[in-house]
Order: sequence, then C-alpha cells, then structure tokens
Amino acid sequence: MLTQLRPALVLMVALTAITGLAYPLAVTGIAGAVFPAKAAGSFIERNGQVVGSSLIGQNFTSAGYFHGRPSATTAADPADATKTVPAPYNASNSAGSNLGPTSAALSERVKGDLDTLKAENPGAAVPVDLVTTSGSGLDPDISPEAALFQVPRVAKARSLPEDRVRALVTSRIEGRTLGVLGEPRVNVLALNLALDDLSHP
Amino acid sequence: MTTNGWIQIALFCAVVLALVKPLGFYMTRVFGGERTLLSPVLGPVERGLYRVAGLDARQEQTWLGYAGALVVFHVLGFLLLYAILRLQALLPLNPAGQGEVAPDLAFNTSTSFITNTNWQSYGGETTLSYLSQMLGLTHQNFLSAATGIAVAVAMIRGFSRASSRTLGSFWVDVTRATLYVLLPLCVVYALFLVWQGIPQTLGASVDATTLEGAKQSIALGPVASQVAIKMLGTNGGGFFNANAAHPFENPTALSNFVQMVSIFAIGAALTNVFGRMVGDERQGWAILAAMGVLFVAGVAVTYWAEAQGSSVLNGLGLTGGNMEGKETRFGIATSALFAVITTAASCGAVNAMHDSFTALGGLIPLINMQLGEVIVGGVGAGLYGMLIFVLIAIFVAGLMVGRTPEYLGKKIEAKEVKMAMLGILCLPLMMLGFTAVAAVLPAGLAGPANAGPHGFSEILYAYTSAAANNGSAFGGLTANTLFYNSTLGIAMLVGRFFVKIPALAIAGSLAAKKTVPASAGTFPTHGGLFVGLLVGVVLIIGGLTFFPSLALGPVVEHLAGAAGQTFGTGG
Repeated sequence: MLTQLRPALVLMVALTAITGLAYPLAVTGIAGAVFPAKAAGSFIERNGQVVGSSLIGQNFTSAGYFHGRPSATTAADPADATKTVPAPYNASNSAGSNLGPTSAALSERVKGDLDTLKAENPGAAVPVDLVTTSGSGLDPDISPEAALFQVPRVAKARSLPEDRVRALVTSRIEGRTLGVLGEPRVNVLALNLALDDLSHP
Repeated sequence: MTTNGWIQIALFCAVVLALVKPLGFYMTRVFGGERTLLSPVLGPVERGLYRVAGLDARQEQTWLGYAGALVVFHVLGFLLLYAILRLQALLPLNPAGQGEVAPDLAFNTSTSFITNTNWQSYGGETTLSYLSQMLGLTHQNFLSAATGIAVAVAMIRGFSRASSRTLGSFWVDVTRATLYVLLPLCVVYALFLVWQGIPQTLGASVDATTLEGAKQSIALGPVASQVAIKMLGTNGGGFFNANAAHPFENPTALSNFVQMVSIFAIGAALTNVFGRMVGDERQGWAILAAMGVLFVAGVAVTYWAEAQGSSVLNGLGLTGGNMEGKETRFGIATSALFAVITTAASCGAVNAMHDSFTALGGLIPLINMQLGEVIVGGVGAGLYGMLIFVLIAIFVAGLMVGRTPEYLGKKIEAKEVKMAMLGILCLPLMMLGFTAVAAVLPAGLAGPANAGPHGFSEILYAYTSAAANNGSAFGGLTANTLFYNSTLGIAMLVGRFFVKIPALAIAGSLAAKKTVPASAGTFPTHGGLFVGLLVGVVLIIGGLTFFPSLALGPVVEHLAGAAGQTFGTGG
C-alpha cells in the first residue's frame, strides 16, 4: 500500500487543482467574456432596478398580473428558526412539494385552488399547471392555456379590452424548441412586463 | 401521451445511438494508450503528472494492486472532501457566509460524492460555499466518474487478455479518463450550458425587487461547470436543492435534451469500447441491445402512468396528466423520460420531483435502481454491473445444457460465479435490510413526509438509491438526520465497493485464463437469443428479490389511489 501513497497523493492534489479550480475558473472566465449577461444570471432591469431574472419565476398575487404556478418553496420562520413557513418563489431555497399521489394534503390543496379558479373564470376548464406546484418552485413559465385562462381577470382589473390582453398573450407564446423539444409555454415575468408597458397597474 | 412526446423519446434514442461508435472509438484509443487528437496538448501534462508521481505508465498492476490503489484513492478523496466541508466557514469563496457542515452531514456528503452517488442530504444553495461546490464536489464528480470508467476498462481487459497477470494501471486509467475523456467534453459542454442560460459566476446572490415590490433573493454561483460534469459523469448531485428542475440548472428544453443525452453518452459508448477491445463489436451491441429493451419498456410505462395522472386528482375533475412536481418547459414526456434515464444510469439528477410521480410512474425508477443500474448505468459502473449479470446468464445457460459455460473464449468457473453473486447480493441486503430497520425504528419513521404506503416508498427509495449509488430521492424524506446520514452512508459504501472489488477479482481471474477457441457447441453471445436470456436473468434476479417490497409500497398505493383513498391529514 505504501508504494501507492505517492501516486495517490500527487494525483489527488494535481487532479483536484485541475478539475476543482482550473476548470471552473477557466469556464467562469470564458463564459463571463462570451456570454456576460447569461453567466451573471439573466437579470432584467427596469428603470435601472433589477426586477428579476428571466429564468426565475416570481410570486404574483394581484388581480392585474398574470400569476405563475403555485410554488412549494419555504423559508425559515422568523419567529422560530427551527421551523419553516411557506414562502412562494423563494429563489434561495428551491424545492418541490414532494407530496405523493395519494396525499390528502395534496388533494385538499388542489381542491381549494380549483374552487378559487373556477369562481374566477366560470365555465372554462382549469389548466392542470395552475393547480400543481413545479419541481423547483421557481418555474418561470405557464402553459398557453393557463395564460389564456387568466385573461378575463387581468383585463377586468386593468380595464382593458379582453381581446387586447388575449392578443398580448398570444404574441408571447414560445413554441417547442426546434419544433419538437419541450412544451409550448409563456414566460410569466416577460408577459407581465409587456402588460405594464401596455397599461400601468 | 402525445405523438410529440414519443418523437422526443425516439430522437433521444437516435442521438445516443449515433454517439456510441465515435465515442467508443475515441475511448478505445485513449485506454489503449494510443495517440488521439488531444495528445499534443494533453500528452505533456499527462507525462508531467506521472513524473512527479513517480509512475511508469507502462507498469501494470495485478487485480489486487489495482483494487488497492482504488481504495487508497477513495480514502484520500474522502478525507479531502470531509476536511473542505468541515472547514468551509474558514475558507475563501464563501460570499453567502455558509457555516461549517455538521459532522454527520459532512460524512454523508463525502461518502456520497466519492461513491458517485451524490445523494443530496445537503441543500446546495443553503448549505455549501462556492469553494465547497468547486474544489469539493466538482472535483469528486470527476474522480468518482473516472474511477468508474477505470474499473470498467480493467474488467474489459480481463475478458480481452489471455494468460495475463495484470489488468493495467489504475493511476494511468484514472488520469486518462479525467484528462482525455471527461475534462475536454466538460469544457465545451459547460460553455454550451451557459449559452442556454446557466449562470457561471463567483458573485454573491442578487436581490431583485419584483414587479409587485417584494424582495426576491436569487442564489447564483459557478453552476454550469458543475452541471456539465454532474451529467456526463452520471453523478447527479445538484448545485441547487431542486437539482435539474431548477431553471438555473436546466433552463431550456434544449439544455434538458442535451443533459439527458449526456447522462447516457459515455455509458452507452463503453459497450462499444468493450466490443472493440474483445475484438468483436457485435458483443458490445448485444449488451447495449439488452439494455435498450429494458430501457424502452421502462420509458413506456412511466410515460403512460404520468400522462394518465393520479386517480385522486383526476377524481377532482383535473385533466392533463400529473404535473405536480414537474416544470412547464419540460412537460410530462421529457420529465418521465428524464426520470427513467437518470435511474437507469446511476445519475440521480432529477428534472421533476420523483416523490410526486404517480405510484406506477415512481415504480419504474425504483426498479431501475434495484436491478443494479445496469441499463446503460453509471459511467463504467453500468458496464461492469451488466457484465456481472452476463456471467450469471452464461452460467444459467450452461446449467441448462449441462456444459461448462464459456464467454468470449473464457471458461466461467466457480470463482467467477461466486464473485458475481457477491456483487449482486450486496445490493438487496443494503436496500431491503436498511429499509426494514428504518420502517420499525422511531428514528427511521420520523423521516417520511407522506403517510401510508407512500411513506414506505420514500424509505425504500432512499436506501435503494444509496446502495445503487444513484442519488435521486423521493425528496419528502427528511434525510438530514444522524440516523439517515449514517445508514445511507454505509449503504453507499457497501453498494460501491462490494460491487467494484468483486468485479476486479473476476477480471483478474479471467485475465489469467487461456482463451479456448470457439467450437460448434459454443453459445453465441451476439444474437437475439443471448439478448433475451440476459434480459430475462436481469429481470428474474431483480424482480423476484424486490417484488415483495414493491408490493408494499407503489403497488398498494396504486390500488388505494384507484379506489380514491388518500392518506394523512390535509393542510
């Protein structure tokens, strides 16, 4: 075994330096030079203020904005650090609900959300992504159906004609990549920024 | 299920298959010590390393020497990673001011990364500094993958050599796997990922003011460089808690597709390296075909189950399949596909929360791991795992016709079969043994987040994932406790070394044998009959061993859900 110690030590140190320092730092350097905005986190500024990242969903609750999907992320309870409290779209603690298919908690949560949404837009089928939490709790997108479902509420809150809001949503639908990959979607933050350009909330 | 979903699945299979030959050709040259395209750049670095290490690249090791080197290297890697995690509060590159990692969590995480498991008891963005992620985790991602490849190559040499005492040099194989295979692919891959939107920065997290005026603190870091190796090396440990579901780890449908391909790329190509080194590429294709049959069957079941959705939620009038725990940009098809890939290989990265899959959708990932992750499998680990099953299949065939079994001209005798069974049996012992213990002890029962059969599935999934060195989880389980951190750590160590070392022992014994020429009575191992036999042996050994545990978890849950039953209290 002792004869193995020298190669083990030398290779461990050298390969650590190569793969654990040189490699990530080189990639950081090149990425920062070639794709500076993306390497930094794809942040969006409005009037000189960072309003979010185009890749990270944020919490929308007011009637005049399109809402993202429910989020299961949590944060430490300010009153008791050993406990957590719900904190939707907490981008420093990504998480899913991890509720299983026969969980009573999941079934009751979905039922409650379904009732609220049905009251908001009676007669329309509720898209599944509006009542299910995403894997990361930070999903930036909703399905086109989920965006169109919210048009009546948003139009009413903003006193805009539904057709204009619907046209805005339609113009913001991203198709499948290369026509096949992934699913069609609408980026909620981008849609709401465009909405603000159309009319102030 | 949609046509587009199936097209994506077919496209995935086509791209992986297209990569098998070129990557196999390249790796065969690398491990044969021949010149490659990158030799002018990397050759001097490689030779410099050997000089400092006092190594002669031509000096080979017996299987015992090879295994000894492997163990020494892992022990050193463990100590280094453990020290970094414990001391991270004092080390640089810690903009979020993360404190030291607790001893049990540091043990679990170090074990997890040296064994290529990458179980996440840690929550990336809430526990680890950038230095821990880079110097600690990224570097172990490389080395645990490189050792997996090295052992696979050593085992191949066992089949391809005759009357030889040695299997190659562990140090040379690890160095070449790192420098020539993993590192160059990762540099290109990481830059592609940044182009897709993955951050790569040493800057601290950024506070944004949302449109509704709230503060949103967004965690960042050198993510792309780690994601590249985590996928290519089938490690799977996330930079962030939510792993590849996090938009910063997997921002687009294209990044998702490439990540899926990269999980399988090296593992699938190693079957071609096997074929080339034993002098008959058809032998490699036959093994890949057996893997392919099992893989496609798994994808079909999971995709079907997820597209159907959960009976309980469908009962509330919901349509559109199961989207709980899934991201919009991936949808159901590629979430299901990703789940099967990541558990068929020993990756364990997840782009959707397996805990929230339907009962049958979550059953396939469990089975994939219980079979020992031989469906393409972890880089290297999948191939040597499957070769162990090949020996058993050949042995069974030999018993059926009453002839001494042979594979590639090597007589398979008692020693090889005993070692193969040791490698196979240690997995159920760890997976089922620890699950049984955790299901009765208060410390174990404190873990599950879900009540009823799903809670049992959470425990079973944890030990299955640990022993199989996968690292994915039914994430509801609270695993960051002394009990789970230690027992899962033990399961990972046994699952890694009690397969690797028997694999090397088999290789050593085979290499020493003479090659007998094929005769009319030799069972051809490149045709459909052999593929069918191999699939059958994998399923029977895996299926029968684990069926009772699966019946208690996912099967009961499926039936209860179909009857509309839910468990636990709401809210």
